[in-house]
Amino acid sequence: MPITLRLRRRPTVPLEAEVLSPDALADRSLAEIRALTVYHGKRQLPLGEFFDVDVEGERGDDLVLHGELTKVRWIGRAMTRGSVTVHGPVGMHLGAHMAGGRIEVHGMAGDWIGAEMKGGLIHVHGDAGGQIGAAYRGSPRGMTDGTILIDGSAGLEVGMRMRRGTIVIGGPAKSFVGLQMKGGTIVLLGGAELRAGAWMNRGTIISIEPLPILPTFAPATRVNPGFVGLLARYLHPFGIRLPHAPEEGDYRLYSGDFSVPGKGELLVWRPAAEGVASRESVGGGI
Amino acid sequence: MMRITGGRVYDPANGIDGAVKELRIDDHGRFVDAIEGGRTIDATGMIVFPGGVDVHTHVAGGAINFARAMTPEDHRRTQAFIRTKNRRSGLGGMAPTTFATGYLYAGMGWTTVNEAAVPVLSARHTHEELGDIPIVDKSTLALMANNEILLDQLEAGEYERARSVVAWYIWAAKAYGVKAVNPGGVAAWKWGHDAKQLTSPISGYDTLTPGRIITQLARICDDLGLPHPMHLHCNNLGAPGNIATTLDTLRHLEGSRAHIAHSQYHAYGGDGWDSIRSASRQLADYFNAHPGLTTDAGAVLFGDTVTITADGPWQHLLYKLTGRKWGNLDVENETGCGIVPYTYRPSNLVNAVQWATGLELLLLIRDPFQAFLSTDHPNGGCFWRYPEIIKLLMCADFRNECMAKLPEAIRRRIVLPEIDREYTLYEIAASMSAGPARALGLSKKGNLGIGCDADLVIYDADDDAARMFSRPRYVIKGGEIVIEDGEIRETPQGREFLVRPPCDPDIDAFMRPLFEDRYTMSFENYPVEIERIEHADVRPCAPAP
Repeated sequence: MPITLRLRRRPTVPLEAEVLSPDALADRSLAEIRALTVYHGKRQLPLGEFFDVDVEGERGDDLVLHGELTKVRWIGRAMTRGSVTVHGPVGMHLGAHMAGGRIEVHGMAGDWIGAEMKGGLIHVHGDAGGQIGAAYRGSPRGMTDGTILIDGSAGLEVGMRMRRGTIVIGGPAKSFVGLQMKGGTIVLLGGAELRAGAWMNRGTIISIEPLPILPTFAPATRVNPGFVGLLARYLHPFGIRLPHAPEEGDYRLYSGDFSVPGKGELLVWRPAAEGVASRESVGGGI
Repeated sequence: MMRITGGRVYDPANGIDGAVKELRIDDHGRFVDAIEGGRTIDATGMIVFPGGVDVHTHVAGGAINFARAMTPEDHRRTQAFIRTKNRRSGLGGMAPTTFATGYLYAGMGWTTVNEAAVPVLSARHTHEELGDIPIVDKSTLALMANNEILLDQLEAGEYERARSVVAWYIWAAKAYGVKAVNPGGVAAWKWGHDAKQLTSPISGYDTLTPGRIITQLARICDDLGLPHPMHLHCNNLGAPGNIATTLDTLRHLEGSRAHIAHSQYHAYGGDGWDSIRSASRQLADYFNAHPGLTTDAGAVLFGDTVTITADGPWQHLLYKLTGRKWGNLDVENETGCGIVPYTYRPSNLVNAVQWATGLELLLLIRDPFQAFLSTDHPNGGCFWRYPEIIKLLMCADFRNECMAKLPEAIRRRIVLPEIDREYTLYEIAASMSAGPARALGLSKKGNLGIGCDADLVIYDADDDAARMFSRPRYVIKGGEIVIEDGEIRETPQGREFLVRPPCDPDIDAFMRPLFEDRYTMSFENYPVEIERIEHADVRPCAPAP
């Protein structure tokens, strides 16, 4: 049975609670869990001050959190196993540095979720903030593996300096998707604002909606890469549909960012229905 | 007052090699013949060294501060100093914060450090930071070899005036000596060029060559009678085959005193990155034949660090090689500065050659009063890793173990496998303390003789040199116990050494119009006021008659 935590007292300033992870809680008694330290601003307080902790029967390494957690940070930090399910909105740094396990959020999430993560899965059934799977300031690389799925929209710098792994954004993303990207895959089901792929070295950004292309990207070809089919099959169980069949349309491939210079790729979906005329214009003005 | 009894004393300045000897310290923090009363430290079975002296390090000022700002990723993972009753907070790591720098140096038994590159324009900032580095005594060297006002005088053949300009700048910076970095090369960098040939005129000048800057500046330092000779970072740093430039530089210096900084970076053979090899034997032979010349190793240790130097063109090249972060500062008409975080990897052939070359120089130069322990902190590695180098020098087996982890192809490129020398404790004491103190002209440092500053370090004897040197039992600075069993006891404020070389009284009148023409700062605001220096200690110069 999962360990259930219900927010009892709303924090007035950010609450840094990296102990809210299966690794920290699974092997502790209820009393021990309540006594774990969280940082309410600069003050150190026991977890029990803010959460009612409960468990029924045999404990596993699953956590369920309830409440308005927008000020609660670092949930699932560096977790390696088990699961965290959140009913309500969560704050920044959710699942940062995580190496394994699952995090599911039924609500919105803040900035920096899955930052520098090494593995595992984060699924947000709602909107999320910026810097998803990104590198912290100064770090050479962001997420190095794992999957982040956002059903809603996303903020700035999604996948900034990511090295490997997959990010899927269901709604629109803000500017600088894949900034300085070094590898991995970002799927944009709802398009993005400006400068997607700026300074990218390697990696792939797939957009199902039309995307403003930086002038430092060059149109290369029209393709239906085989890996998109594999990716579509991987994402299918999560209810995500990625078009890849030639009869549905094809992807315009742009390579860049040549200002770095990089070997990254932007794939922008063009449904077949758009007609022959626009197909002929590949290589023309972007 | 304090008495240290029973310890085996290593005091190379006085030729004492492990004799059991009692040391007595008076209330003024000096070694004396006799005292009455006071605390007694029983050092039986322990080893007593003079406090370490770092002849070449970068711990304060604009460049290292830029490096701190550029590496937040290191701050997140590094050792944090939490504030306690007698300790301020701070961070260790690749570019430690000011207070932490003092704690880390003292914690390892080092009591004097020489900040080796200060642009005069940022001297005020540097002294402010040095004021926040506790425990250790400090000195600074002012960057001169690319200063346009000085270069103009050298180009015009105005030697006397050039000498006064240097003296004026030293006092303006409240510096202790002169540092020359890539002479002419940083000035040329402002034209997008470098200066790799000692005999070719540098960009922006008709006749002035790096060779002439080197000889003239070395002569100026000697004529001004500075306690420390010209401290030279040679041209062509880091480039394969640069041994030719380095030897040429040394020939230019014949007849003058000089200290060659981080010589490891200047001792490569080969003609490209593919063929780079160690040329340490050639350089060591030169040092062995010229006993007046000194150097510090600038040894490299594998791992993460951040490279900072006034050598702007080299840093741009390093940035192009690594594709990592790059910071570049232009210090008006004085010098430049570049910052690039770097990781030395044993699997990288060039890095492996660098690692071996630094150790080879320390082992092949026979006199430890000539070759000093340094990593050119933080360029080759962080200063708090010195104990690792000491172990590599003292233990040939450990060296071979480390060498076995390097790529096989390295063996044809280095001479380290042929060297079986192991440093003795006496030689380590000379290389980490007595030697650098003598080269710096600090007669009361690195010396346990009567009348000298009571800076010493007491280690528990341990077969593992790295362990022994990283955790002293006691560190005593100016007669005060600052570290005991790895804990900080006191954090006294150290002194700052500086010099006031003689100069032509009319030099102010000469400098003022040039200044108003060229600098963004006003003439009056430029020199650092002596009142700003905490515990200034003005050392005498011995100018040539």
